Amino acid sequence: MAYTKNRKAIAGIMLILGALIYLGFVGYEESKAYYRTVEEVQSLEPHEMSMRFKVGGDVEEGSIVWNGAGVDFRLIQEDQALVVEYRGSDPVPDTFRDGSQAIVEGTMGSDGVFLAVKIQAKCASKYEAEYDTETHSVSSPASGDA
Amino acid sequence: MLQLGSVTLMTLCPVALFGIIASFVGGAKRRMGLVRAGERSLLVSFLLLTLAIAILVFQFYTDDFNSSYVAGHSNIDLSPFYKATSLWSGQEGSLLFWNWLLGVYGATVLLVHRKKNRDLMPYVTGIILTAILFFAILNGIVSSPFVPLVSEHGGTTVPFAPQDGRGLNPLLQHPAMAIHPPMLYLGLVGFVVPFAFAMAALLVRSPGSRWIRTTRRWTLFAWCFLSCGVLLGARWAYVELGWGGYWAWDPVENASLMPWLTGTAFLHSVMIQEKKGMMKVWNVALVIATYFLCLFGTFLTRSGVVSSVHAFAQSPIGFYFITFIAIGLALSIWLAYSRREFLAPESGLDSVVSRESSFLFNNLILLAACFAVFWGTIFPVISEAFRGEKISVGPPFFNKINIPIGLFLLFLTGVGPLLAWRKTSMAGLRRNLTWPTAAALVVMIVLLAQGMREFYALICFSLFAFVVAGVLLEFYRGSRVRMSQLGESIVLAVYRLTAKNTRRYGGYIVHIGTALLFAGIAGTAFNSNVRTELLEGESIDIAGYNVRVDHIESDRTPNYEYERAQITLTEDGREIKKLYPERRFYFASEQASSEVEIHTTFSEDIYVVYASHGPNDGAVIQVYHNPLVRWLWVGGMILVGGTIITIFPNQKRREQIGA
Repeated sequence: MAYTKNRKAIAGIMLILGALIYLGFVGYEESKAYYRTVEEVQSLEPHEMSMRFKVGGDVEEGSIVWNGAGVDFRLIQEDQALVVEYRGSDPVPDTFRDGSQAIVEGTMGSDGVFLAVKIQAKCASKYEAEYDTETHSVSSPASGDA
Repeated sequence: MLQLGSVTLMTLCPVALFGIIASFVGGAKRRMGLVRAGERSLLVSFLLLTLAIAILVFQFYTDDFNSSYVAGHSNIDLSPFYKATSLWSGQEGSLLFWNWLLGVYGATVLLVHRKKNRDLMPYVTGIILTAILFFAILNGIVSSPFVPLVSEHGGTTVPFAPQDGRGLNPLLQHPAMAIHPPMLYLGLVGFVVPFAFAMAALLVRSPGSRWIRTTRRWTLFAWCFLSCGVLLGARWAYVELGWGGYWAWDPVENASLMPWLTGTAFLHSVMIQEKKGMMKVWNVALVIATYFLCLFGTFLTRSGVVSSVHAFAQSPIGFYFITFIAIGLALSIWLAYSRREFLAPESGLDSVVSRESSFLFNNLILLAACFAVFWGTIFPVISEAFRGEKISVGPPFFNKINIPIGLFLLFLTGVGPLLAWRKTSMAGLRRNLTWPTAAALVVMIVLLAQGMREFYALICFSLFAFVVAGVLLEFYRGSRVRMSQLGESIVLAVYRLTAKNTRRYGGYIVHIGTALLFAGIAGTAFNSNVRTELLEGESIDIAGYNVRVDHIESDRTPNYEYERAQITLTEDGREIKKLYPERRFYFASEQASSEVEIHTTFSEDIYVVYASHGPNDGAVIQVYHNPLVRWLWVGGMILVGGTIITIFPNQKRREQIGA
């Protein structure tokens, strides 16, 4: 008796887990994004053009152009520049500004412009970045607020 | 001051180490003197940690910018309230704060339990001290809050104290952010208590559920704070981050959700062990998982291993954390395995339609959710290790799995308490489920008639009715008996019913809160938003509301400059209120900050963001229409209130006298 009860319970569990794994796979296919460097997304194979990418870098000083629908800017990573057009539905995060670190997510257009639908930005405050390292030293007092 | 702080932290390490050795040796050899010494070490550790915290707070209030930590997280003009909260706004301070909470829990546990659980206490003390020692090492060696700010001049290092600090990140200057971290930490740290008792029970080969009964209140306490912390984090994200939502499946959010999921599973499955002696291995596994997920969450947040907007800078502490977690996890699993003969179940599952099996499914599904969140969060790391390519997954992955899980959980929330232990008869099912099912059907038909076609939302609202009807039915049945037999009024009957069995009826209240919370989340299925540039006098329509920009202004204060729009919100031609969304730029931290304005009612939120200055010198305004958001916050409050009721002891009074 207990045996069939356990079998029923196990069958139910299997069914639920199977459904969840399937859903997870569908969600994965829909939202997976590949981390690439600026250099890599600029030399994509044709079959990679439709893939979603995440690219990180620094926002070039003075490159930000605001417009009603979004924002255009250049992302710099090791001397390579990527032209980015952000047209996502969320407002640009408060931390996004000249010189901040940003990760953009989106697709590569055939014109070489990266069409971003998501921006994450992190303030690379000079003050903090320079003394928050292991040495706990500030490279020059002038960079302080004093 | 800095030296005093450093010395305090340096003293803590040997004290804790001595306490660990004394406790474990004293426990194993039954040497009372050593056990006492161990307990005193824990109390001394707590005092040292309190001193360290006091020194840091003192430095914040005296604007001691010699300190690198104070200079980095405060400035002279910061309000006294936020100076206190700056304590945990950075990594070094948060670690110290975490450790201090460990000390608080440790000392309290010692004072509450040492008389009753003589055999367990040495090990409990030793385990808590081990955690304290780990954080003391981190704080003392890798990430100290007591480091002087220095600068280098021509190769020599000289002390350097700026006139003013860098200031607290404006995003953190929000009341929710001030109480969110302590709540979250109280929750995360609190799971050390059930974990320590579970391990101690295994070490002394104490069979049964004693460790569960002893720590039930501690677990509820920690769970309550963790729930509060997660909800306040969501609340903060909603009102402060300005993207119109409260949950983004960010690694840091996931880090706090994972232990909450396993902790919730644990709270339910311990009831089966208390009642039927089943699932002992499972409960030990859950408490181990919850404790280490709490630490893992901190690891995720601090190590920068998964990139996240609000993760702290990369630092070497990730290595220490993962080492501590790996060793601790291995030892715990080994201990549970070596004591497996004490964890054999005393009975089996009688029926698939029973209270036990509903708990079983509840646990399974909570763990599946936790696993999915875990997998999705660390997927970039896994894919890099196994495929050589870093791949991230986004919200669709988490939502696809977790929405059906959430609905199934809600179903179990409704049906579980109505099922009998062991086996539920058809008659019992009919008696208990008729009304809730009818309520669910009525809601579904009404919503369908009104044109709602979103599948998940329909199911969610119907299940909401199902849960609420089921709980009300339970309250009604219990209080009806009291009303007819004792002549009590309905209010008094409900109160006495709850007071006499806080665990059961408090739990029901938690379930009502959960149902409201889920309904609030289901509201997101109907979210909409618009973004456009509006010149003065122009307006835009959304969800029956009209949003008109009357006036745009800009100005500066000593702390920041801002652009602000005055907006008139009208509904059906009737003016409701003026809103003033603002975009600020703080000088000290060189950071922008959106001050959103929210018009909130019980059925919906109108959420207005000043997104940016437009190309035609208008204001780019983004308006979100978010239905049922308030249900989420109200549900959360009810959930917390219900949990507090379950913590209270049952009121014992003679009914004959009251009659």
